[in-house]
Amino acid sequence: MPVPNNNAAFARKGSNVQKVPGAKSTKAATKKKDEEEAVETGTGWEEWSQGKALVRPPDQMELTEAELKEDITRILTANNPHAPQNIVRYSVKERSYKPINVVDQMAVHCVLEGSLVHQDSEEARKLRVKEGLAQEIATVDATAESEEEKAEASVNPIVDGGDVEETGDEDRPDSAVSRINKKEPKVTNQFNFSNRASQTLNNPMRDRICQTEPPPRSSFSATANQWEIYDAYVQELQKQEKNKEKQKGMHSQKDNGKSKKVMLMETQSEDVTKWTMASKILERTISQNTFDDIAQDFKYFEDASDEFREQEGTLLPLWKFQYDKAKTLSVTALCWNNKYQDLFAVGLGSYNFSRQGCGMLLFYSLKNPAFPEYIYPTSSGVMCLDIHAQHSHLVAVGFYDGCVAVYSLKEEGQEPVYKSTAKTGKHTDPVWQVRWQSDDMDNNHNFYSVSSDGRVVSWTLVKNELVFTDIIRLTLSGAVSEGTEGAQAPSIASGTSFDFHKQIDYMFLVGTEEGKIHKCSKTYSSQFLETYGAHSMAVDTVKWNYFHPKVFVSCSSDWTVKIWDHTINTPMFVFDLQAAVGDVAWSPYSSTVFAAVTTDGTVHVFDLSVNKYEAICQQLVVDKKKTKLTHVEFNPIHPVIIVGDDRGYVTSFKLSPNLRKKPKAKKGHELPKGPEVEVAKMEKLLSLLREPDQNSG
Amino acid sequence: MAGTGEGKKEEADYKRLHSFPLIRHTDMPEEMRVETMELCVTACEKYATNNESAAKMIKESMDKKFGSSWHVVIGEGFGFEVTHEVKNLLYMFFGGSLAVCVWKCS
Repeated sequence: MPVPNNNAAFARKGSNVQKVPGAKSTKAATKKKDEEEAVETGTGWEEWSQGKALVRPPDQMELTEAELKEDITRILTANNPHAPQNIVRYSVKERSYKPINVVDQMAVHCVLEGSLVHQDSEEARKLRVKEGLAQEIATVDATAESEEEKAEASVNPIVDGGDVEETGDEDRPDSAVSRINKKEPKVTNQFNFSNRASQTLNNPMRDRICQTEPPPRSSFSATANQWEIYDAYVQELQKQEKNKEKQKGMHSQKDNGKSKKVMLMETQSEDVTKWTMASKILERTISQNTFDDIAQDFKYFEDASDEFREQEGTLLPLWKFQYDKAKTLSVTALCWNNKYQDLFAVGLGSYNFSRQGCGMLLFYSLKNPAFPEYIYPTSSGVMCLDIHAQHSHLVAVGFYDGCVAVYSLKEEGQEPVYKSTAKTGKHTDPVWQVRWQSDDMDNNHNFYSVSSDGRVVSWTLVKNELVFTDIIRLTLSGAVSEGTEGAQAPSIASGTSFDFHKQIDYMFLVGTEEGKIHKCSKTYSSQFLETYGAHSMAVDTVKWNYFHPKVFVSCSSDWTVKIWDHTINTPMFVFDLQAAVGDVAWSPYSSTVFAAVTTDGTVHVFDLSVNKYEAICQQLVVDKKKTKLTHVEFNPIHPVIIVGDDRGYVTSFKLSPNLRKKPKAKKGHELPKGPEVEVAKMEKLLSLLREPDQNSG
Repeated sequence: MAGTGEGKKEEADYKRLHSFPLIRHTDMPEEMRVETMELCVTACEKYATNNESAAKMIKESMDKKFGSSWHVVIGEGFGFEVTHEVKNLLYMFFGGSLAVCVWKCS
């Protein structure tokens, strides 16, 4: 029978009666007739069937009334109609075919694998764990999503095979799910959503390390005992008492501040002495900075105009040295130090007979023109001084009152190391000149002095005292003769200057107030070797030439400067300088150059090899009316001269190149050096003079 | 009798005279020094019988004021050798028989 396979069970008749009670009558009628139709149509077709006219198909079975009323029962069972009812299986045990009673009646129509997982099962738990990790990333997205998702969230967990939102909104379910998972960790369907992840660029890491310096530490140790404490207190109290005594009005506080202050003061005084050296250096640097241009001139300036002036030279003024307390005194002596060529000594006193006061001995350095290096005040005016050639800390000084003294620059005090007194043979008149000599046979230092009392005395430094020896007595008419021949005691001449020969040690010259120059010997005390009638007035200075053994120069207040050869009685050269000549000095670098200073404030520099008759430089260095120049000295190595005047000033000058000419080299010859040249120079000059002398005389 | 009486008097005198705070050694700056000394004196006077409490008070105040890790020793008889941060040491006597040493070292 072509009955469609339907699981739906319904009894044809029965159902008709239940479903449509209203249309029972008509339905029942039709149903009975149209069995086929009733099966086909179903329940909802009552209206259709009512409106329709009954149409009998032509091939319908003709049934009798009785047959139509017959109830035919149909029973629907769950048995599978297609299942065979007589399955026979072969049983190996019985070795026959046996029918199987129980036949499997189930027919499978459709199989669909589901993916629901029970939430308490093992797999679900595993999934939850996995989901939990993924959630933490996803929850961030979840919060950003809008609240509308909630509605869909409730729908989505339901398994729907073909969900509409699947394609477009894959993110939403993702986030929605994860939001739910936040509250209740729900196992999510792995097919329904997908994770999307992305990684932004992480900046690379870098280590930075820093270590600060720990604060400095130091150790300290002490002991705290009762006796220590007691001692400390006692000490403190003592200090306090002392302070109270010192400053009576001081408010005594019970604190440690006082002890601290006392300590401070002590340390301060110590510090001052430490700074003398530093302050000295600083003073010098400041001086040099102040007088920087002068220092530059001193070192480097060479007067270019000398090239144009054929024979003349100039003196460039450099530093001026003055000392406040020496303003009233005049410079009576100048001497350069041989060892430290920037140091020179200045003796200050007074030439004025009536006005005699105290004197001073000052030492200046060219490095610090502002203030003297050493200051020694003296009771009587200094008339002369000399610095020992080898031991340059020893300075011999002659005073106006006739004393001689030796100062040592190494000593701290202001007193001389040795001083002569009336008992020890001091002069009775001013000492005009002192000169160191080479050490005697006992290796004692000794020096000579000449004075107006007519004595030339040798002083020896023996241990702590000065021992004097009269060398010679100067007389008017000659040497002292033995015995008293004449009734008149031989009158004593006054010595005003002397100088020792550079090479011949025992020979020396003495200039007198009368104008005579005597050549004497140390060994002969009674007689002069020679006497020159030099000047008409007192001989102020005699000086041997450094190079030529025979030549010396003398100057006098009679306005003249004379050059002599000691073998000849008459002077080689005579220069009239128009004013009283205070001092004359040979230059250490040339045998023919010397300088003279006059009371009219002029310095005259002569170079005999250049000009035999007049000075190559005559320069007014001080104010004419007020100051008189008293002394001049050449520096041993620098081309500098110092000039002292009667107002206590010492001025230094640089000699221009013309004044320091050396002999020019001839073609092909080497430039000769050394004293021999100088000697030869002088000799040449003298020989020219001698011949006419010989001729005339 | 009189001797002991006098002796006691001397002691009392000495205590009176020697009880002012005396700084034995310090390298602290002026302000810090004064403040620390005042603090020590206050602490010692407050806890005259209990060195430990006094030291505790000093140490805690110093820590608060000047930074951590101060060490304080108070006593009448002890010797010590310590390493301290420079400019952070005070060693003083007080009360005639008490010695206080305060230093910082982290």
